[in-house]
Amino acid sequence: MVAGAALATAFALKSFNENLMYFFSTTDVSAGKAPKDALFRLGGMVVKGSVQRPGDGLTVHFKLTDFSKEVAVEYTGILPDLFREGQGIVANGKLDNRGVFVAEEVLAKHDENYMPPEVKASLKAAVEQKKP
Amino acid sequence: MFLIPDPVGRFFHRMASPPHFYAFTEKLMPWLVGIFLILLACGLYGGLYLAPPDYQQGDSYRIIYIHVPSAWMSLFIYIVMATTGAIGLIWRIKLAEIVAISSASVGASFTFIALVTGSLWGKPMWGAWWVWDARLTSELVLLFLYLGVIGLYNAIDDKRTASKAVAILALVGVVNIPIIHYSVEWWSTLHQGPTVTKMDKPSIHVSMLVPLLLMALAFKFYYVIAMLQRARLELLQRERTANWVKKMVTEQVQ
Repeated sequence: MVAGAALATAFALKSFNENLMYFFSTTDVSAGKAPKDALFRLGGMVVKGSVQRPGDGLTVHFKLTDFSKEVAVEYTGILPDLFREGQGIVANGKLDNRGVFVAEEVLAKHDENYMPPEVKASLKAAVEQKKP
Repeated sequence: MFLIPDPVGRFFHRMASPPHFYAFTEKLMPWLVGIFLILLACGLYGGLYLAPPDYQQGDSYRIIYIHVPSAWMSLFIYIVMATTGAIGLIWRIKLAEIVAISSASVGASFTFIALVTGSLWGKPMWGAWWVWDARLTSELVLLFLYLGVIGLYNAIDDKRTASKAVAILALVGVVNIPIIHYSVEWWSTLHQGPTVTKMDKPSIHVSMLVPLLLMALAFKFYYVIAMLQRARLELLQRERTANWVKKMVTEQVQ
C-alpha cells in the first residue's frame, strides 16, 4: 500500500511539473520553448520606463524581463492595482508573428515582503546613499 | 520508556482513560476559552489598529491576520489528525481515535477559511479570484482529503472500524503536507513565497509580525477548544453504555 501511494504521488508530481509550472520565463520564450499559436502564461518584471499607452484607449505596451532576456507585451483592459514598473506580473496570452506577446489577462504577483511605507522609504534611501 | 519522565508518562496514561479525560477537559475548558479570548482580542487590536499599512498593498494586506493563521492551522491539524490516527491504529487507544476524527471537521473549516480569504485577497491584488497554481491546487486537495475523512467515517457504522479506515486515509494524505508547504519554492506560482517560515529572518516588519503570531496562537487555542468539545460528545456517544457515563448521568439528574 505504501508503494502504491508512493507511485501515485510520483506520477502526480510528474504531471504537476509538466502542467502546473504556472508560467514561462522571458528567457524560455526568447529561446522558443513556449508553445506557438496557443495560450500560455508569461511571468516577469515590468521593465522600468517601458510602459507606454499609445492612443487614449485601454491599450498598454510594456516589456517584461527576468534580468536576462526581454519580451514585449501588448494588453488591452484593466490592470490590477499592483501593476507598476518594477513589479512582477504574470500575463496570459499568446505570441503573434512579430514576436510580441498579446496578453488577454494580466495578473500581478506580489513578493513576500511586508513593511510600513516609512521603512520602505528609509531602505530605499539607504540603498541610494550606498550607490555613489 | 527511560526517556519519558515519570509524571509525563502518568499524565498521558491517565488521559487515555475516558472518565478521567471527560472530567479533566471539563475543568480545563474555562481556562482555554479565557486564554483564547485574550489572545484573539490582542491579535485583532494589534492587527487592525496598531499595525501600520503595508508599503505596497496598503490596508488590504490586513486579511493576512485571518488567512495565514488559518492556512497554518489547516496543515497543523492535518498532522495532528494523522499522528493521533496512527496512534489509534497501532496501540488501539480509543481516545486517540476520537481526537483524530474530532480534528477533521475543525481542520476542514480552517482549510475552507484559508481558501475563501485567499480568494478575497487574490481578486484586488492579483486580479483573479482563483488560479490553478501549485499552492492553491494543493490546498484544495487538502480540503478534499478532510472531506474524504469525514465522509468515510460517517459511511461506516462500526466506529472502531471506521477509525481504522480513516487513519489509513489520513496517513496516505500526509504526502500532501510537504507539497503544500514547498509548492511555492518547487514550482513557479502566482502565490507569494514564504514570509515567516523561511530559514533566514522573516521578511515582515516586527510591528506586523507580532499580531500575526498572536492570531496564530489564538487559532491554536480555538482548535483545542473546538476539538475537545467534539471529542467529549463523541466519547459520550461511544461510551453510552459504560458505567461511568450512567453514574454521571444519574448523579446529574438527582
